[in-house]
Amino acid sequence: VSGFNTIAFRGEKCDGCGECMAACARAKTGSDDVAGARLQVLADNGAFELALCRQCADPRCVANCPAGALAKDETSGVVAWDGAKCVGCLLCTVGCAYGGIAYSAAAGHVAKCDACDGAPQCVAACRRGALEYLTAARIYNEVGELEDLFVPGLGGCQGCNTELIIRHALRRVGPDTVLATPPGCIPGMGTVGYNGKTGTKVPVIHPLLTNTAAMLAGMRRQYKRLGRDVTAMALAGDGGAADVGFQSLSGAAERGEEILFVVVDNEGYMNTGAQRSSCTTYGAWTSTTPVGSVQRGKKQDAKNLPVIMMNHRCAYVATASTGFMEDLYDKLDRAIAAAKHGFAYLHIYSPCTSGWRYPSHQTLEVSRKMVQTNFVQLWEYDPERGLRLSRSLDDPLPVREYLRLAGRFRHLSDEQVTHIEHRIAEQVSYLRQCAASPGTRH
Amino acid sequence: MESTRYLIVGGSHAALEALAAIRMYDEEGSAAVLTRDTGLPYSPTVLPYVVSGRSQPERVSLRGEDWFARNRASYVTGARVTCVHPDRNTVLLSSGMEMGYERLLLATGATPALPRIPGLAEVRYHVLRSMDDALGMRAAAARARRAVVLGAGLVGMHAAENLSAAGIAVTVVEMQSRVLPGYFDAEAGALIESVFSERGVEIMTGCQAIGVAQRGEGCLLELSSGTTLPADLLLIATGVTPAIEYLRGSAVQVDRGVLVDEAMRTNVPNIWAAGDVAQARSFFGGARVVNGILPEAVEQGRIAGMAMAGDPALAEYPGGVPLNTYSFFGHHAVSVGIDEAAAGSQGLEVMRRCDAAARRYLKIVLRDNRLLGIFSIGEPLDGGIMWQLVLRRTDLSAVKDRFLAQPQATGRALMSKTWR
Repeated sequence: VSGFNTIAFRGEKCDGCGECMAACARAKTGSDDVAGARLQVLADNGAFELALCRQCADPRCVANCPAGALAKDETSGVVAWDGAKCVGCLLCTVGCAYGGIAYSAAAGHVAKCDACDGAPQCVAACRRGALEYLTAARIYNEVGELEDLFVPGLGGCQGCNTELIIRHALRRVGPDTVLATPPGCIPGMGTVGYNGKTGTKVPVIHPLLTNTAAMLAGMRRQYKRLGRDVTAMALAGDGGAADVGFQSLSGAAERGEEILFVVVDNEGYMNTGAQRSSCTTYGAWTSTTPVGSVQRGKKQDAKNLPVIMMNHRCAYVATASTGFMEDLYDKLDRAIAAAKHGFAYLHIYSPCTSGWRYPSHQTLEVSRKMVQTNFVQLWEYDPERGLRLSRSLDDPLPVREYLRLAGRFRHLSDEQVTHIEHRIAEQVSYLRQCAASPGTRH
Repeated sequence: MESTRYLIVGGSHAALEALAAIRMYDEEGSAAVLTRDTGLPYSPTVLPYVVSGRSQPERVSLRGEDWFARNRASYVTGARVTCVHPDRNTVLLSSGMEMGYERLLLATGATPALPRIPGLAEVRYHVLRSMDDALGMRAAAARARRAVVLGAGLVGMHAAENLSAAGIAVTVVEMQSRVLPGYFDAEAGALIESVFSERGVEIMTGCQAIGVAQRGEGCLLELSSGTTLPADLLLIATGVTPAIEYLRGSAVQVDRGVLVDEAMRTNVPNIWAAGDVAQARSFFGGARVVNGILPEAVEQGRIAGMAMAGDPALAEYPGGVPLNTYSFFGHHAVSVGIDEAAAGSQGLEVMRRCDAAARRYLKIVLRDNRLLGIFSIGEPLDGGIMWQLVLRRTDLSAVKDRFLAQPQATGRALMSKTWR
């Protein structure tokens, strides 16, 4: 079974302008009359709803067709209509619960969305992002074919997205890899293994917090000396990277060691009971930054480790989020390539359901809001092209929409929120400046 | 003796959907589909369009051989089941071959119900249920000049329209007082009838044939009204009856059709039935009914397949809802659910508006602010959405006025909310 691209609708962003319908009508009927559009935006008490073909996996319109005129394309996933076979009985419309296939008076037959051969005009016409063409299915299709290099049943907390990160990352990197997982959640989940057996199908080492990058540098050099091109990869936490492991990390980056260093940033030492790290946000509760009558969470701002790494002029530095998997994958590909000739650093913002105190089904929502509010920023850097923003920093959601999701921020005073807002503004301004300044190519 | 885990008797919508459902859960178990027909599967619903020439007979296949191969099922043509032996878990074919099964689906569909008209056996007439029927009628229509259609159901009305379009003088004779009695009330029926009359199709309701005799190349019908009708093409379209002959004497319980429960199981272990042959619960309560329509065949086939494969995701059959779409002379009609005549007037709210001149008609029947039935001509409606609103007993009180005014847009918004 394949995954397919799909058109998503976010009603809360829709203002009912109708441009999508006009674009569809132009593309499909050559007229501006929205009655002929194959998607219909419906006003519903000030909100908006949508009638559009969902390109069902198991389409009932196809099953209901007596003439064999409808079929699901197994490559594109589009439910396609064949006008030469259609008899106009409309029984397909009885099979659809979404109004996705309906008689069109303009066309004189049933009409439905065909996703414009992969370039949907409605999505292109939507200026508010209410319609979105989701293409993440390719990740499922491509990566699903690759070998899973971890044992089944990694023992993470319910709702944790770290398993997603480590399985997908290692599938992508492939079997010619040596892996280092310094103390933290990742070895704690079973990647290093138990009772003398590893949790991976590749060589895995469990270095000290302090020497991960140094050890990996040596491994890579030794393999190279033996004539073997392996990827030396670290899956580290923010504590190991930003605090006690920073000296060896900084040194390896400065020397340009050929390492792929992935940091899964959950803003603390979460596997040992949620202690603060230098990556913990200002104001956040942790077990070592308590909330009481005197102290109100962490007193210091978080260290922006990826920016620090960028200032090492590494071969590649990027920030990513599991809320934006396509972006994460693109960056992972570039990081793997860069690690063949220099130091590649990938920083993945990874919410922690137990340490941040939010319900375990909310991880992806927290991941998305974190980015959408500019609380963290997605970008990438290489010395030649400089820093590039991966998504616009304009028009973010209010940061309170992110802060309200997690218990670790529940106590924040207005002053503390203002402090956080200022800190975000400062970082956004800094990144804009970096993005505006050219890399060495110019 | 050949034996298979899943044996499906019948080759149309219910059978194909059951096989697809089985394969969703059990990729491996052996499966065979037996059909009386000689070619690839087709739908009886497409046959009027084969007669009219809109569909080419070789292009109406519902599935190709590759589909059966992908689903690891053998498709056996020319295989008529004459007997079922539940005690041995086998079926007997007309060829004399016996075939074993672990799980058996009866999806043998229906056959035309012939009225008792003296002389009928001696004259040449057509029915429209198989591809052979359709090809025979297509050939006859090419020569005919005067046709009589007995029965004003969907098959009869489709045929009448197509024959008329081919330049043949057509008379439709219907025993009941209006056309399409299963789907539309008198007012809507009259509207449809007026379109046919305008196009030169004569419709005689409240009237039946009481005798027929050979005359020349054709026949002469004697009607209960006292008049006679000559015809060189006679189509009998007075309904269908479930094809259950082969079950006589077996332990499988039948009434009008094969009696099944809410998982399409018959009374006999390892035997299921679905589609036009099955008699299952009605959504609106009361005795079990034969709801011989295509979307129900798909629904029942799906449930039977899931039950046969042991799929734990199986949800029980909610019960049959009468529904259909009907297009005639460029007009479109939709019928979903039951109206006040079927529901009894207790606590009903009926909204109707009709503009016969503009060929527009809409009737909405609610009980406790929930949709029981909706019937329209010339008023766009999504049959699938209306069906869901009925099945889900969606409370419409908050949107009732809008729904009555604009059922399509309001229904779409309601369903959009459920999946977004």
